[in-house]
Amino acid sequence: MANRNHKGYFGKALKRTEDPRLIKGIATYVDDLKFPGMLHAAVLRSPHAHAKILGVKTENAKALPGVAGVYTAADVNPTCGLLPCASPMPDQKAPKHTVLASDRVYYVSHPVAIVLAADRYIARDALDLIEVDYESLPVVVDPEKALEKNSPLTHPDLGSNVSFTWSVANGDLESAFQEADRVIKQRMVHQRLIPMAIEPRGCVASYHPGEGTLTLWTSTQIPHLVRTLLPGMVGVPENKIRVVAPEVGGGFGSKLNLYVEEALCCHLSMRLRTPVKWIESRRENAAATIHGRDQVGDYEVAVKNDGTILAIKSRTIADIGSYLQLLTPAIPTLTGLMLTGCYKIKAMRMDVIGVYTHKMSTDAYRGAGRPEATYVIERVMDLVAAELGLDPIKIRLKNFPKPTEFPFDTATGLTYDSGNYQGALKKAQQIAPWDDLLRWRDKARQEDRLFGVGVSTYVEICALGPSKMMASGGWEWGCVRMEISGKVSVITGATPHGQGQETSFAQIIADKLGVPIEDIVVFRGDTAVAHYGRDTYGSRATALGGTALIMSAEKVIEKARRLAAHLLGAKTKDVQFKDGKFFVRGKPKKSVGWGLLAQEAYVAKNLPPNFEPGLEASSFFEPKNCTYPFGTHIVAVEIDRDTGEVQIIKYVAVDDCGHQVNPLLVEGQVQGGIAHSLGQALFERAVYDENGQLLTGEFMDYALARAKDIPDYVMDSTVTPSPSNPMGIKGCGEAGTIGATPAIANAVLDALAPLGIKHLDLPLTPEKIWRAIHNSKPSKSK
Amino acid sequence: MIPASFDYFRPQSLEEAIGLLNQHGEEAKVLAGGHSLVPALKLRLAQPKVVIDIGRISDLNYIREQDGKIAIGAMTTHHVIETSALLREKCPLLAEIAPHIGDVQVRNRGTLGGSLVHADPAADWPAAILALDAELDVVGPNGSRQISAKKFFVDLFQTALQPNQILREIRVPATPRSVAYVKFAQRASGFAIAGVAVVVHANSKTVSVGVTGVAAKPYRANAVEKSLEGQLLTAESIAAAAKRAANRIDPLNDIHASAEYRAHLARVNTQRALQLAASRI
Repeated sequence: MANRNHKGYFGKALKRTEDPRLIKGIATYVDDLKFPGMLHAAVLRSPHAHAKILGVKTENAKALPGVAGVYTAADVNPTCGLLPCASPMPDQKAPKHTVLASDRVYYVSHPVAIVLAADRYIARDALDLIEVDYESLPVVVDPEKALEKNSPLTHPDLGSNVSFTWSVANGDLESAFQEADRVIKQRMVHQRLIPMAIEPRGCVASYHPGEGTLTLWTSTQIPHLVRTLLPGMVGVPENKIRVVAPEVGGGFGSKLNLYVEEALCCHLSMRLRTPVKWIESRRENAAATIHGRDQVGDYEVAVKNDGTILAIKSRTIADIGSYLQLLTPAIPTLTGLMLTGCYKIKAMRMDVIGVYTHKMSTDAYRGAGRPEATYVIERVMDLVAAELGLDPIKIRLKNFPKPTEFPFDTATGLTYDSGNYQGALKKAQQIAPWDDLLRWRDKARQEDRLFGVGVSTYVEICALGPSKMMASGGWEWGCVRMEISGKVSVITGATPHGQGQETSFAQIIADKLGVPIEDIVVFRGDTAVAHYGRDTYGSRATALGGTALIMSAEKVIEKARRLAAHLLGAKTKDVQFKDGKFFVRGKPKKSVGWGLLAQEAYVAKNLPPNFEPGLEASSFFEPKNCTYPFGTHIVAVEIDRDTGEVQIIKYVAVDDCGHQVNPLLVEGQVQGGIAHSLGQALFERAVYDENGQLLTGEFMDYALARAKDIPDYVMDSTVTPSPSNPMGIKGCGEAGTIGATPAIANAVLDALAPLGIKHLDLPLTPEKIWRAIHNSKPSKSK
Repeated sequence: MIPASFDYFRPQSLEEAIGLLNQHGEEAKVLAGGHSLVPALKLRLAQPKVVIDIGRISDLNYIREQDGKIAIGAMTTHHVIETSALLREKCPLLAEIAPHIGDVQVRNRGTLGGSLVHADPAADWPAAILALDAELDVVGPNGSRQISAKKFFVDLFQTALQPNQILREIRVPATPRSVAYVKFAQRASGFAIAGVAVVVHANSKTVSVGVTGVAAKPYRANAVEKSLEGQLLTAESIAAAAKRAANRIDPLNDIHASAEYRAHLARVNTQRALQLAASRI
């Protein structure tokens, strides 16, 4: 256990040590890297969503002064491996995901050729000189139409647009629906979103022909996974590959992947024996980096008149785009596993159909499958409450498990680690205060204004996860090294990239070792430094990576205790450790500290028998279970009846992510998450036209939430420690994104309830709301 | 930014700039604040052979009273207009509109002249320029001429400016305080889906209404103005007049707003702008 009750750093809202370099603009991103002889890559991409490639002429591009080479599928596909999918489904049909399109293109921006040149300008100019002869083919962009008999096929050679099917089912669904007083049905659409990290992707690959080693600097969340996957693509063994994630300007899941450009740069660096850099443009980032969400489902719930939810079932279509990226099929499975939310629902079934369309692949985007589940079940709770005339809070309370029922087994087969859903709900209600909001609403309605109050109570799955659940290990690794000088190097395999663990891990270890936080440096993001790791995604880094570091620090302390006993002339078992000092029990005045111990450990002239020099330990932490953060978000909105615009009047978030190492970081994570979520609720969406052209390919058309769109948040927390790790941490990276969207949607639909409007799909744009108002028949019961 | 290559000139005087423009003709683009041209260069939507940067020409950045009007140099930034005490006093509509444009960084670089010449149908300024009946002073190799605001905007991204001419100055009249701008912004770009600028003239019997964002070019809502001519501005007369804000207009239709919704917003914002301006009489 960390010293939570100690007056130390754990639990303190310290400012981030990584911030000054980021704020001053003196941090190092991939694009800041320059190497002698480095060539610059530019990728020629398909302007068609589906077409045959009849021919590619590269002569003119090759003749442009400064161009080092132009490569097409014929040049690179034979020697480059296929892009892997790490979460295949048993019945999956998958196209060969080659690095370049050979005879056909399957989405707008599909890479067709790559140019290497002396600078980016020449490389870009050369793209315009490549002539590709396309014959356009029928396009399918709508996943429901893709399932129709006469639909064009995304990949004609697969014979179907269905990539995979997957089901989760438990409990006696049939009798639950027979037992039900009512069955409520709703179709819901989860629109396609574009992650739009502020720093687009980019990489530099450098092959050392003498050593046969390959180094890849890439803007990624997962350098370790990339290192594991690259050998299959470029033929260099893992132990000759080093992957470095320098500063990363946002990922949100979009950099939890292996992309063709990374493999191409490696391949071409090996081929030309010179470093190769590729930096993605904003338009490429919008069109050729994975997208998120894009599910459409029909949902049915069986309920009793008293509000008891008996069962939920769904047939969900997941639009996966044209290829399976690293985790594409896994995303809708997370939706299925979390579909029952924080409720005791005895029976459930969800059937997922993964459907190919001529669009960019979908994959993990902030929340990755869980926001869909939470949105569904939280909309369902409100739909049921409205149908039965029940209070939305009471119906939630009625279906929550009690705090004493944890660990709680869900109908989907998960075991929620710990929870007090009532506690978070009650606290949020008090802060809002809920009753005041209802009074405001009543008053507004009397004045014929559209005012609504919404709540969502969410639970999510984090700290992924036990290795049995994961494709290639769900553990995390960390190392703590007391240097000869007494300074401490902390090395994590969890690859934080902006979340703030350079600060929070230092807090944890400073407490554990009893050293000043200034003496600690946290190293991350380089497979040559952090030898093992499973990186950052699914809000896992602090819970798992932090624990691996705690374990390592404990090993260092135990080793140091032996050395201290030797120096103090005592038995190891009699030596106590407190606040960075070792002393014989009861004699704290005569102590040895880290300075002396570190020196003796490395100088190694006065060591106990059989004592290995050095003071360093590393550990793998394998969790027994995931963690399940939860919380309640409450929102009040007012809608402009004439324009349909939504104004957020009040936003209250109470999140429970277990113990908090640094509440400032938690607040930042939740705030950022809500900003993403608010965008999804109110304005964000990727739009493809019927020809598969992306119409929202830049910030002029893709409405990402900006500072002025963000309301004042009132934020608080409850603390229900997780038993899944010794620090009791649950994780907070995606909580805001998961909790906020349904709360906002519920508030908007509550505001529209007097008009008889029951449901609208996201995003709740002003025009959509205005049309609904325009077409509504006001109910008499307002 | 990875634009196609171009030759870059930085003239020190308007005469020099016009000389260059005359020499290179349609192959040249004038760079003012860069907030329209640079994105187009970046996306290679514009691939001019020559870029003429007029940012160093000193006598294009001013706001001053002149012959009973307010003269604004074409290179005056949105920020300078936003913070001008003279405009706040004499022509408050411009100062009211400026903060609707982009963000602080954009307003510090972008210029009134650059925006007008670019003629984005969703830009904010045209609504005011039309409502104020501004005069635009353009200079070419054969000297200068004046173009009225009504004649300046020709179509989507097209103005009455000849390829070898540069917009030098915008002249607006002093107005009473009874002006207003009400805008419904496109979420992503911040540009107007329906921006309505209103001037209630000193006699309170006539109004001017400029509308941007709704159609392929900004327009004066003549039917609204006519409906209110000689009328008292009451809630009823305003509501009735505002219904005509999109009469005989062919509204734009895109993923951000349908034609029907745009026309509706033109009416809503016309009503709101008229009410707001009337409340300031």
